Amino acid sequence: MVLARSEVARTRRPVPVRGTAVRLGLMAVPLAFFALFFAYPVVAIVGRGLKDGGQWQFGRFGAVLGDPDIAHVLWFTVWQAAASTALTLLIALPGAYVFARFAFPGKQLLRAVVAVPFVLPTVVVGSAFLALVGRGGLLDELWGLRLDTSVWAILLAHVFFNYAVVVRTVGGLWSQLDPRQEEAARMLGAGRFEAWRRVTLPALGPAVAAAALMVFLFTFTSFGAVQILGGPTFATLEVEIYRQTAEFLDLPTAAVLTLVQFAAVLGVLALHALTVRRRESALRLVPAAQTAHRPRGRGQWALLWGTLGVITVLLIVPLAVLVERSFDGPDGYGAGFYTSLRSAASADSTFAVAPLDALWNSLAYGVAATAIALVVGGLAAAALTLPRLRAGASGRTACVSRLVRGFDALLMLPLGVSAVTVGFGFLISLDTPPLDLRASWWLVPLAQALVGVPFVVRTMLPVLRAVDGRLREAAAVLGASPWRVWREVDLPMVRRALLIAAGFAFAVSLGEFGATVFIARPDQPTLPVAVARLLGRAGELNYGQAMALSTILMVVCAAALLILERLRPLDHSGEF
Amino acid sequence: MSTISRITVTALAAVVGMSTLAACGGAGGGAADTKTVTLVSHDSFNISKSVQAAFEKESGYKIRILRGGDAGKAVNQAILSKGNPQGDVFFGIDNTLLSRGLHEGIFSPYRAKGLDKVPAALQLDKGEHRVTPLDYGDICVNYDRGYFARHRTAPPKSFADLLEPRYKGLLVTENPATSSPGLAFQLGTIATYGEHGWQGYWKKLKANGVEVVDGWEQAYNDRFSGSAAGKDKGDKPLVVSYASSPPAEVLGKKPAPKEAPTGVATGTCFRQIEFGGLLKGARNEKGGKALLDFLAGRRFQEDVPLRMFVNPARTDAKVPELFTKYGTTIGRPTTLPPETITKNREQWIKQWSSLVLK
Repeated sequence: MVLARSEVARTRRPVPVRGTAVRLGLMAVPLAFFALFFAYPVVAIVGRGLKDGGQWQFGRFGAVLGDPDIAHVLWFTVWQAAASTALTLLIALPGAYVFARFAFPGKQLLRAVVAVPFVLPTVVVGSAFLALVGRGGLLDELWGLRLDTSVWAILLAHVFFNYAVVVRTVGGLWSQLDPRQEEAARMLGAGRFEAWRRVTLPALGPAVAAAALMVFLFTFTSFGAVQILGGPTFATLEVEIYRQTAEFLDLPTAAVLTLVQFAAVLGVLALHALTVRRRESALRLVPAAQTAHRPRGRGQWALLWGTLGVITVLLIVPLAVLVERSFDGPDGYGAGFYTSLRSAASADSTFAVAPLDALWNSLAYGVAATAIALVVGGLAAAALTLPRLRAGASGRTACVSRLVRGFDALLMLPLGVSAVTVGFGFLISLDTPPLDLRASWWLVPLAQALVGVPFVVRTMLPVLRAVDGRLREAAAVLGASPWRVWREVDLPMVRRALLIAAGFAFAVSLGEFGATVFIARPDQPTLPVAVARLLGRAGELNYGQAMALSTILMVVCAAALLILERLRPLDHSGEF
Repeated sequence: MSTISRITVTALAAVVGMSTLAACGGAGGGAADTKTVTLVSHDSFNISKSVQAAFEKESGYKIRILRGGDAGKAVNQAILSKGNPQGDVFFGIDNTLLSRGLHEGIFSPYRAKGLDKVPAALQLDKGEHRVTPLDYGDICVNYDRGYFARHRTAPPKSFADLLEPRYKGLLVTENPATSSPGLAFQLGTIATYGEHGWQGYWKKLKANGVEVVDGWEQAYNDRFSGSAAGKDKGDKPLVVSYASSPPAEVLGKKPAPKEAPTGVATGTCFRQIEFGGLLKGARNEKGGKALLDFLAGRRFQEDVPLRMFVNPARTDAKVPELFTKYGTTIGRPTTLPPETITKNREQWIKQWSSLVLK
C-alpha cells in the first residue's frame, strides 16, 4: 500500500511555524551561498550590460530579439535540445534498466566508465568523436558513413555525454524499487506491460523527469559539442552568449541573451516542478543488491547484449580512440608521450605541467568543490523534502511554500547560465574586500561547486522524497529529535544517493573547464586546462601529450567513480 | 530544532569564515605586499623557470602569473577590471585588440628600458608608451609538403594563388568570430584587397571550396593532412595556422629531419604583434616597471621563441636553431592599423559570416 505524501502530511501534527523555522534554517546556507557566488555576480554583469548611465535599457530586448540571426539561434537551440533529450532517453533508459535490474560481471566498472565522457574536456572528446563519425573515421572506413558537421553528429555526441545522467539518476532509484510490487500487480492479473506502466513507471516518473530535465538543460546550453561537431553554421544560445561576451565584449547583447536563456531555463524548471508534483509518492525502497539478478530468458539476454553493444559503439569506442592515440608515437606504439610528459615537466619551462601536479591540482579542487556541493546541496535537498506545508492554513505558509518552490528552481539555475557570464560576473563583483576572491585558490572550487550543487540536489531529491513519511513520524513519536530522525531514518536510506551525488559532483569538478580556465588563478592548472594548453599548439609531441593527459584524466575519473561505488554500506555490497 | 539551527549557524559560519580566509589569501598581493609582482596574461604565456628565477634573484620580486583563457578573454577581463586590476603587468594584448585596450584606458604610460632595440614597425604606441611591443608572429597558410610533392603541384604562395582551380577544395580556415587565427587571415585579405575588395575575394574563395571550422584545434589537428597529430587522416593540405607551426612539427622528432614536413605560403601572412603594459591602478607599480623592463630585456626575449613559438621583438635577441633551420622569415607580412581593426572588427565579422557561412 502506497500512501501519497499529502495524505501522510495530513496526519502529522507538528506546529507549522516550527516547521517553517527549521526549513528556513536549512535553507540559510544554500541561500547565502547562491546569493554571494551566483546571484550577485550574475546580476552585476547583466546589470553592466543593461544599464546605461544608471538607467535600465529594456529597449535593447526588442533590438536583439528582432535580429533574425538571433531568432534562428533560439530556434535551433530549442530544437536540438529537445531532439537530443528524446534520443538520449530512448537510448539510455534501457541502459538504466539493465544497470538497475541485471547482475553481470564488470557491472561496476562499466557504470564508472559510462560516466567518463561527462568529465573529459569537450575539445578532446569532440576530436575522438570525429574519429568515429567524421571523415576517415571508423564508420567512414567501414560503411562510408560520415556525420560530421551535421546535426546527427551533435545529437549523437549529446547522447554520448549524457548517457550517464540517465543511467545514474533513473537507474539509481530503479535499482532500489521493490520488484515485488510489480510482481504483485501481475499476480492480480495485470499484463507485464500493464504492471510496469501502472506500478513502476509512476514510481520512476520523478527520476525520469529529473534526468530528462538535466539532459535538456545540458543540451540546451551545449557549447563545445556544438562548436566542434556542428561546425560554424550551427550555434546555440550559449555559443552566441560566449561570442558576444568573450569576443566582442558586447555586454548589452550578452545580457539580453543571458536573460532569455534564464527565462527558458525557468520555464523548463516550472514544467518539471509540475510533473514531479503530480507524480510524487512515497516508495518502498530496498537495497539495490536484492533487486538485481542474472538475466533470465531470451528477451532479457538480448536486452543486456543490446545495451552492451550500444555502450561499446557509442561510448567505449571514442574513448578507446583517445587511449590508442596516446600510445601511437612517432616510432610506433609505446609509452613515449607519457615519459615525455614527465621529462618535459622537469625541464626548464613553466608551461609544461607535470602530470602529477596537474592531477593533484585537479583532485584538490575536486575534493573542495565536492565538499562544498555536498554541504550546500545536502542542506537544500533536506529543506526541500521536509513535509509539505498545508496550503491555505494561513497566508504565511502559502507564501513559504511558494518560496520553497522558487528555491528549488534557483538551485538549478547555474546549469542554465554560461560559464563566461559567471566568470566575468565574478571578476567585477568579487573584487573588493572582504570578498576579494579574484586571485584566490577558492575561486575555482566555488565556481565548480555551483555546477555540482544541482547534481547533488537532483540525485538526492527523488530518493529523499520517496522515503516513507510514516517512518519519520514513528521516530518522532518515539521522541527522536528532527536531527536524530534525519540521521536514523533518512541518512541510511539516502547514503547511496549521497555517494552517487558526491561522485557526480566530483566528476563534474574534475572535468570542469569553462569556469576553471576562465577564472584567473594562481598557476595551478587542472588536467583539462593542461590538456587544452597542449592542444592549442602544433606538433605531434604536444598532441600526443594532450592525449596522454586525457587518458590519465579518464582513468582517474573512472577510478574515483569506482571507489565511490565500492564505498556503499556493507550490507549492500554482496552484489556478486 | 535547536540542534538544527546550531548546525546551520555553524555551517554558515564555516562558509563565511572560509570566504573571509580566502579573501585574506586573495588580498595577499595587496597594498602591503611589495615583494610580489603579478603578471596577468593569456593561457599561452610561458617562461623558462631559470629565466624567471633570474629576474626574481636580481630584482628581489617574486613573479606571480595569472592566466585567464585565450588572448581575447584575457584582454576583456583586464578591461572589465579597469582601475582595480587583477595584477600589475599585462602581457599579450595584440594589434587586433590593442586599440580597444588603449581606448578603455587600462594602461599607465611607462617607457621600458631597451625599447631602442625594437624596430619602429613594431612600436604602435610610440608617442605615449602605454604599451611595449614584446614579440611578434605571423599567421599564414601552411601547406603539407608531402601532398604537393605527391601531386607534383607547387604549393600556393599568395592570397591570389588560393583562388586558382588547382587549389580547389584544399583549404581549411577558422571562423573569425571564434578564432584569432581565423580573424587574422580575414584581416590579411582585407589588408590586401581593401575595405571594398575583400568581400569579392571571399566570394571567389568560397566558390573555390574553402572550408570553415570553428577553432584552430579542429582545423590543424583534425583536418590538416600535414599535421603529425592527424596521423594522415586529415584531408586538407592547406590550413590557416602560424608561421612557427613548421618548427613545432619538428619538435621531439628523432633524428631531426632535413626540413619541416610543412611549409608556409609567405604571401598570405598577417602580422600579430604582442604588447605588454603596466596596468592602471597596479598595487605594485614599482615592481611592475621592473618586470616590464625585464620582459623587454634580452634574457626574456631570447627565451620567447621556444616557449611561446613567436619571434622576439628585440633585433639583438638570438633566435634558436629550431627557428632558423625550420622556420620561414616573412619578408612583407600584411597588417592593418589597430584603430581600423577595432572600429570595423564586429561589422567585418558579421559581413564575413553572412557571406561565407550562409
